[in-house]
Amino acid sequence: MTRDPSKLLYAESHEWADVSEQDGDKIATVGLSAFAITQLNDLVYMDLPEVGKEVTAGEEFGEVESVKAVSPLYSPVTGEVIEVHSDLPDSLEKLNEDPYDFGWILKVKLSDDSNLSSLMNAEAYEAQCGEAG
Amino acid sequence: MMSELNTNTIALKTPLDAWHRNAGATMVPFAGYEMPIQYSSIVAEHQACRTSAALFDVSHMARLRFDGAGSEQLLDRLLTRKISDMPVGRVRYGLICKDDGGILDDVLVSHLETPSGQRYHLMVVNASNHQKIKDWITPHVADYPTVTMSDRTELTAMIAVQGPQAIEACKKLFSFDIDSLKYYQARIGEQFGKPIIVSRTGYTGEDGIELIVRAEDAVRVWENVLLAGRDQKFIAAGLGARDTLRMEAAMPLYGHELDETIDPISAGLSFACRLKDRSFIGVEALRQVNADGPKKIRVGLVPEGKRPARDGCGILDTSGNPIGVITSGGPSPTLAHPIAMGYVQTDHANDTNYQIDIRGKVVNATRVDLPFYKRTSN
Repeated sequence: MTRDPSKLLYAESHEWADVSEQDGDKIATVGLSAFAITQLNDLVYMDLPEVGKEVTAGEEFGEVESVKAVSPLYSPVTGEVIEVHSDLPDSLEKLNEDPYDFGWILKVKLSDDSNLSSLMNAEAYEAQCGEAG
Repeated sequence: MMSELNTNTIALKTPLDAWHRNAGATMVPFAGYEMPIQYSSIVAEHQACRTSAALFDVSHMARLRFDGAGSEQLLDRLLTRKISDMPVGRVRYGLICKDDGGILDDVLVSHLETPSGQRYHLMVVNASNHQKIKDWITPHVADYPTVTMSDRTELTAMIAVQGPQAIEACKKLFSFDIDSLKYYQARIGEQFGKPIIVSRTGYTGEDGIELIVRAEDAVRVWENVLLAGRDQKFIAAGLGARDTLRMEAAMPLYGHELDETIDPISAGLSFACRLKDRSFIGVEALRQVNADGPKKIRVGLVPEGKRPARDGCGILDTSGNPIGVITSGGPSPTLAHPIAMGYVQTDHANDTNYQIDIRGKVVNATRVDLPFYKRTSN
């Protein structure tokens, strides 16, 4: 699997979502953008939710910590966590190299996809990052 | 995820501002200035300081100069340590306290002599306390008509060169042998005919020097030091590494370990308070704390696991009762595990095991002696 960052949806808070259909359900794979990972730098800790937890678009689902600071992770989607990337917290250094494949954080079965239209496409997200930088 | 990415603050700039930006530094607002937090990686900059040397722009720290007869008496009145017995060339760490013993700032005072023989004292003040300390000192200066206090901050730049190879590599840069400077000594020298104050001080737990130069000489001096340390791979380091370095060395930071509600004795800074045969602002309060014993004490903690405890996390005893608060915490790049400092109630100061409430999740922690890291040689 090679996920194409130009095809993903992005939240203002720098998480990406890759939404696909599986057995009639919409499943979003969620991660953190390459821009965010570069900005955070020197990641040391990630706190992930349990499988089965309900997450809500725009609300916090975990934390990522760099040497310097704690940053909340916000869910770009609403639904139930069906899988977490449990190897990730022990391999945070790999996030820099591979934020879109190895770097996935959660898989969420969407219970409500009404907010997807408010997420940005790659182009809009890049424009936001340009302004931030 | 990140709020710190979008900060638009009109800020002061140090004389090295353009250099930092050209070098790709991430700039953040700090104490009214825009300062580099990192150039590439906090961990890499931290390690460079521990193994070779790193340069820090610390121009945001305030520099107040005291001239005239009576300066020593004024400073004796303001500081927890005696200044009037300092010979020329000495640097001393001390605290400025309120009447109740609360710390207004921790400062370094140098006694310097110009080539023409003029002696003066220079006080380096934390950037965040710049205006507060000026406002505090100004009415006291009025009591000494022959004393003038001048703010040298904008006219000068301050550069810290810290690391085990700092002295050796920088030897050739100055008009005198910097190896002859002992720890906490300072003198005015020259670099290419321009005046430069060199002091053997720092804030990283490493050997090194701090330089005060005219603002217009800052970039040249900075680049000369980088060039002098080229073979040793000296690099520029930001405030991020400065914080992890000082934390490993257990050096207190104003706004974290120190503030106006904490007295120097509770902060573990009794060494910087001379209470006997002295009169200074706060002395009675500090004598009382000394007699009664402090109510809380600074301790070093190592939380279990990888998750760092941060400033503000609660410290609990092993039964879960709150007994203190973390004032600084984060990962230690040298030790490769999290470290933290905080205050606990005095009757728990000798406990071995604690718990820390890291934003709702409680982890076990062990008390360790401070500092977490100590350099092996000078």
